[in-house]
Amino acid sequence: MAELGAEEIDTQNADEEAIRVTDLRKSFGTLEVLKGVSLTAHKGDVVAIIGGSGSGKSTFLRCVNFLETPSAGQIIVGGEEIKMRPDGSPADRRQIERIRTQLGMVFQAFNLWTHRTLLENVIEVPVHVLKVPRAQAIKRAEELLDRVGLGDKADVFPSFLSGGQQQRAAIARALAVDPRVMLFDEPTSALDPELVGEVLTVIRDLAAEGRTMLLVTHEMKFAREVANHVVYLFEGRIEEQGPPAEVFGNPKSARLKQFLKTVG
Amino acid sequence: MGTSWSAFAQGEKLMFDLRDLMKPHRIVLMLIFAAIVVWCAYTLRWDWIPTYAPLAIEGLWRTIWILIVTTVLGFFLAIPLGLAQAIGPWYLAAPAKVFCTIIRGTPLLLQIWLLYYGLGSLFPQIPWIRSSELWPYLRQAWPYAVLALTLSYAGYEGEVMRGAFSGVNKGQLEAANAFGMPRLTMFRRIWLPQAIRNVLPTLGGETILQLKATPLVATITVVEIYSVSSRVRADTFIVYEPLLLLAVFYMMIAGVITLLFRRFEQQVPGRATGK
Repeated sequence: MAELGAEEIDTQNADEEAIRVTDLRKSFGTLEVLKGVSLTAHKGDVVAIIGGSGSGKSTFLRCVNFLETPSAGQIIVGGEEIKMRPDGSPADRRQIERIRTQLGMVFQAFNLWTHRTLLENVIEVPVHVLKVPRAQAIKRAEELLDRVGLGDKADVFPSFLSGGQQQRAAIARALAVDPRVMLFDEPTSALDPELVGEVLTVIRDLAAEGRTMLLVTHEMKFAREVANHVVYLFEGRIEEQGPPAEVFGNPKSARLKQFLKTVG
Repeated sequence: MGTSWSAFAQGEKLMFDLRDLMKPHRIVLMLIFAAIVVWCAYTLRWDWIPTYAPLAIEGLWRTIWILIVTTVLGFFLAIPLGLAQAIGPWYLAAPAKVFCTIIRGTPLLLQIWLLYYGLGSLFPQIPWIRSSELWPYLRQAWPYAVLALTLSYAGYEGEVMRGAFSGVNKGQLEAANAFGMPRLTMFRRIWLPQAIRNVLPTLGGETILQLKATPLVATITVVEIYSVSSRVRADTFIVYEPLLLLAVFYMMIAGVITLLFRRFEQQVPGRATGK
């Protein structure tokens, strides 16, 4: 698996903010899951979000592209603020649809469209949402599938593939929109242990070529290796954050120490 | 892309069927069946056939035509009916629910009669309808037959589609949402195809039930294949032969429907168990 589309990444403006989240809050009924989380990722940043179950890390990621409606807060993607109503729901459906196409999401359960082949999955959004000419989208999709090691599976339906293969295809699908930021929601949690490696390899390549990523993960070793910023969430708040060497090597908060001990 | 796969699957299926037919017990069964056919042909009366053949062909054609029109129209009505019940606001969901409940809870014969004798006798009293372009059609029986059967199919399939829409995996829709797919595109590209795919076997069965509901329109003077057999009986006092032939016709149409839906099902592969 060669590096993924390194040529397309603009290395200038490395300081440019890819995404800025300010004071994000989310309640389910009376239960407040996120109690004001702020996070900024610059272009090329790989931000790993770690935390125990129920810490709000997945909810945070799903609020960023409004799969969950935040209760309050501000989200700015590529300098454009997402317009929100007072209750946190998106005010402008067109805008949220446009911004979502800049956020390539990879799900824990892959969520490939089961009635379409891998190639059709990868070209679906470029052709039917972004209106890229079909031939061009197919060419690009074939390249992407090649790069995640699935060039020979283009005409296969997802259910005939292993979890690892499906997740790699899902990554290709997310790359096909050429996203400003990639969102990974526990991409290896649903995989058999022996399939985790192949997916991590693909993500590692993406990090190496400077893709901006928010990565919710349980793989601490991996987070330490690929991320340049680690955020530890505890009960809906950022308990500690910093460079991976600091967060993993010299944790300050007692809760983080405890957490790192339990996840090994 | 899917075509090569399904062609392959079908080829394999056909060969499998042929080998299956050549088993000894099947051959015996086929011989017994052939004997029954030959016995019927020689001992029963078929001399009425030439006289009634043109009428029978016309009736057969009308049965098929009514079946196709009402299932297609009914299905297109069933999509919004199902969608309204699955995700609609209460003011759409409630009427859809009421409609499906009434259709499913009352005999089709009653619906046909209510439309034909009720609505059909109301229209002539309204002057502007009598003078409208539609009047030549509204005085005939077949529009009421088509309407009743269409509404019936829509009512049953509306309920089926409600389940189908609700049953589509949420992750599939979430992925479409996450990539900024507009709602209509998502419905057309992801939600509807997956919903239909999941209920194709049910729809096949329901279409056969619809076929067997068509004789009811004979009661409002629509001349379809069943009413032709009644005519033969009334004219000639031959009872069983026309009914036997009628049964054969219905079985043949049902067989074609089964084959058609099997083909549809093969054209939507993607399930690991689909082979």
